[in-house]
Amino acid sequence: MERILSFRLNGRRTTLKVDDQRMLLWVLRSDLGLTGTKFGCGEALCGACTVIVGNQAVRSCVTPAGAVEGKQVLTIEGIGQNGLHAVQQAFVNHHAFQCGYCTPGMIVSAYALLLQTPHPTRDQIVRHMEDNLCRCGAHGRIVEAIQEAAAAEKGAAL
Amino acid sequence: MSKLPAPTGELRRRDFFGIAGAGLFVFFHPDPAEAQEPARLPTRQSGPADLNAYLRIGADGRVTCMSGKVELGQGVMTELAQVLAEELDVSFDSIDVVVGDTDLCPNDGGTYGSMTTPLLVPNVRRAGAEARAALLQLAAEKLGVPVERLQVKGGVIAETGKPAAMVTYAQLVDGKRIERRLANVPVKAAAGFRVIGKPQRRKDALEKVTGQAKYSGDMIFPGLLHAAILRPPAHGAKLKSADTSAAEKVAGAQVIRDSGMVAVLHERPDIARQALALVKAEFENPPEGPDDRTIFEHLRKTAPPARVIGAAGDLAEGERLAAGGVVESVYLNSYVAHAAMETHSATARFEDGQVTVWASTQAPFQVRSAVMSALDLPAGKVRIVSRYVGGGFGGKTEADQGVEAARLARIAGKPVQVVYNRQEEFFYDRFRPAAVMAIRAGVANGKIVLWDNQIVGAGDRDSVPSYDIPHRRTTSAGGWMGGNPPGMNPFGVGAWRAPSVNSIAFARESHIDALALKAGVDPLQFRLDNLTHPRVRRVLEAAAQQFGWKPARAPSGRGVGMACGIYSNSCNAAFAEVAVNRSTGSVEVKRLVMALDVGLVVNPDGMRQQAESCVMMGMGSALTEEVKFRNGEVLTRNFDAYPLARFSWLPKVEIALMDNPESASLGGGEAPMIVMGPVLANAIFDAVGARVLQMPMTPERVKASLAKG
Repeated sequence: MERILSFRLNGRRTTLKVDDQRMLLWVLRSDLGLTGTKFGCGEALCGACTVIVGNQAVRSCVTPAGAVEGKQVLTIEGIGQNGLHAVQQAFVNHHAFQCGYCTPGMIVSAYALLLQTPHPTRDQIVRHMEDNLCRCGAHGRIVEAIQEAAAAEKGAAL
Repeated sequence: MSKLPAPTGELRRRDFFGIAGAGLFVFFHPDPAEAQEPARLPTRQSGPADLNAYLRIGADGRVTCMSGKVELGQGVMTELAQVLAEELDVSFDSIDVVVGDTDLCPNDGGTYGSMTTPLLVPNVRRAGAEARAALLQLAAEKLGVPVERLQVKGGVIAETGKPAAMVTYAQLVDGKRIERRLANVPVKAAAGFRVIGKPQRRKDALEKVTGQAKYSGDMIFPGLLHAAILRPPAHGAKLKSADTSAAEKVAGAQVIRDSGMVAVLHERPDIARQALALVKAEFENPPEGPDDRTIFEHLRKTAPPARVIGAAGDLAEGERLAAGGVVESVYLNSYVAHAAMETHSATARFEDGQVTVWASTQAPFQVRSAVMSALDLPAGKVRIVSRYVGGGFGGKTEADQGVEAARLARIAGKPVQVVYNRQEEFFYDRFRPAAVMAIRAGVANGKIVLWDNQIVGAGDRDSVPSYDIPHRRTTSAGGWMGGNPPGMNPFGVGAWRAPSVNSIAFARESHIDALALKAGVDPLQFRLDNLTHPRVRRVLEAAAQQFGWKPARAPSGRGVGMACGIYSNSCNAAFAEVAVNRSTGSVEVKRLVMALDVGLVVNPDGMRQQAESCVMMGMGSALTEEVKFRNGEVLTRNFDAYPLARFSWLPKVEIALMDNPESASLGGGEAPMIVMGPVLANAIFDAVGARVLQMPMTPERVKASLAKG
């Protein structure tokens, strides 16, 4: 159903007219021009489209736009708006990516993990990231980067 | 932190190379064979732009390196910047790398076959050396000092011992246009390397961690329309009719029919898909064909005549000598998909009769030819830009979606974007082919005396064993390279990371372990006893030492195994430790040690990234990845039916790089893949005594092999 949708996107109040049954991924990428959030599978199987709604990581390819009414939405473009965030810096430091296509989803997922669990164990990191797919095989470096980011942030100021 | 480079899509050839453009350029002569092809002849108006430039040093002192290679994630931008920084004596950060743009970059071949490092890097180094020599000459004239007394640091040339007498590269090229051709200025010797051989921060890091990196499906223009294209349910199914009336009623939707293609365009990609779903299409039933179980018999029946790839001695004599026994097995591997995270994507835009196509491809110049031919346009009217590609692995050599986008953009009169969904990606993938590999081999006194290997479907690259075998023959029939009889493969096949060898090494190294067992010799010792190739021996011994190999008769229950091999002159060996669950058949990889000899390593961390990548990707293709199909229908449609290696699979990975300072550099992005299948097969056998003869070695196949004993 077409309606006026209002939510906060990367800290900014955002209002747009949109069919609220359309998936958030396409509204972000096409209607709002934020292409950092990627399409990978369309069925919540790969995590490339991960964004944060409230303080929860969600798969935007299966999240109806209507579900974010009145909520805070954070995408890769909203992370590190004032200089790289610790997670991003750690990904740079560890070269925790290759082609980079899954990377926004990886970083957003990792950010969401640290929001809820500032000091994750290695097992917690692996379990949280398990459904984010990476074909380039950067998994080991991603785990190391998240560990470093957690240590750098000491759970504060996320 | 280095600044974000300008988006190259906006950079124009005339601005960059134009006659007014100052700077120093190093060109190489176009291939004469290529120059004879009229369509390839560049337009003359743009002056020197009709030559191919490897590098430009601008009046701002920045160095731009240009290559028709693309950044798939393998780190080409970083590697090229590194070798130029070395040869030019400038800082790594002062170098911008422009890749994958057919208007700005030389046609130095597609990004496949592990050719960038061995073939392109030496030329870029020579271009850097040429530019440095030219600048030194200019500086000598300007400063009135002989070249021999000059030194360069950070793009500043000064007289040795008199730093005040100096001039910068930027000052030397300011207001001038200096052109050089590749000549024979010697490159630097390894002893003086400051940048080559040292880890470097990736050039693409900042854009990739901020979401700013633009892939082909991220190009957005005013008026952009997204296309959803009607696809057949199966390969070989022809369209009979399509009723598009319901789709046409969707607000904002435009239906295009053009020589067999039915597409729905809409300014929103998801609405284009929804409208496409309203098209009522009828297809003829595809002809009956093989499925993923009957394919192996089908391959044997339909393969072209086998060719002898390598042979020595006399097989009958080998049979006679094989006093220690003969082992015969048939190894199989299923079709596997490339499954890059970015699906095939393209955005096409016409401007003043010229079309620019941003396309995810490993071969922009090949795609340019395809677009030129499909749209009947000359080379000067087609520009392909393929800067960041979200993974390739051999699967993005062709880019049909680029042609589709260009065709639709011309008809619609607006920019058009085509992004495959995951089902289209699996359907149109040119898979790593299924293969049947029969080996009959014999031993005598711990030596291999007989090797008869018949390969069907896999191809023939690096298929001859590097072991010393007096009586041997390797034949091959059909493969990923094309030229197969129609219908042999029920869909497209193509290069998949280390093509041919990722199949053949599985059979060969599994069989070597089986022979070692027959001979009653430890598999490491058995390999060393039958191998004089010094570089393979070196990696095998290095990996064995790193792993801490201890001989024991297999199956020892420890779950340890090894494999080694060569791909495109790169040598590698791996040792693995696995745990196998006897009741479920599932395999857990606990530790993976790999030693690599890829010649001179330009970027050790980059090489490690590639090896780690092959470990994860290779675990998937060895253990779980398999394309399911029936009568031309690809039943594997998304990742739920195609399990890739995940975070929880991560073994302890140790990579050892052989030090080769004076050697040529070899490619390393594919070679580490070849050992992954056999190292796990041999470790599985050592764990539970099950010799699994088919990749992927799924839990079902492990259990079936266990039952056979």
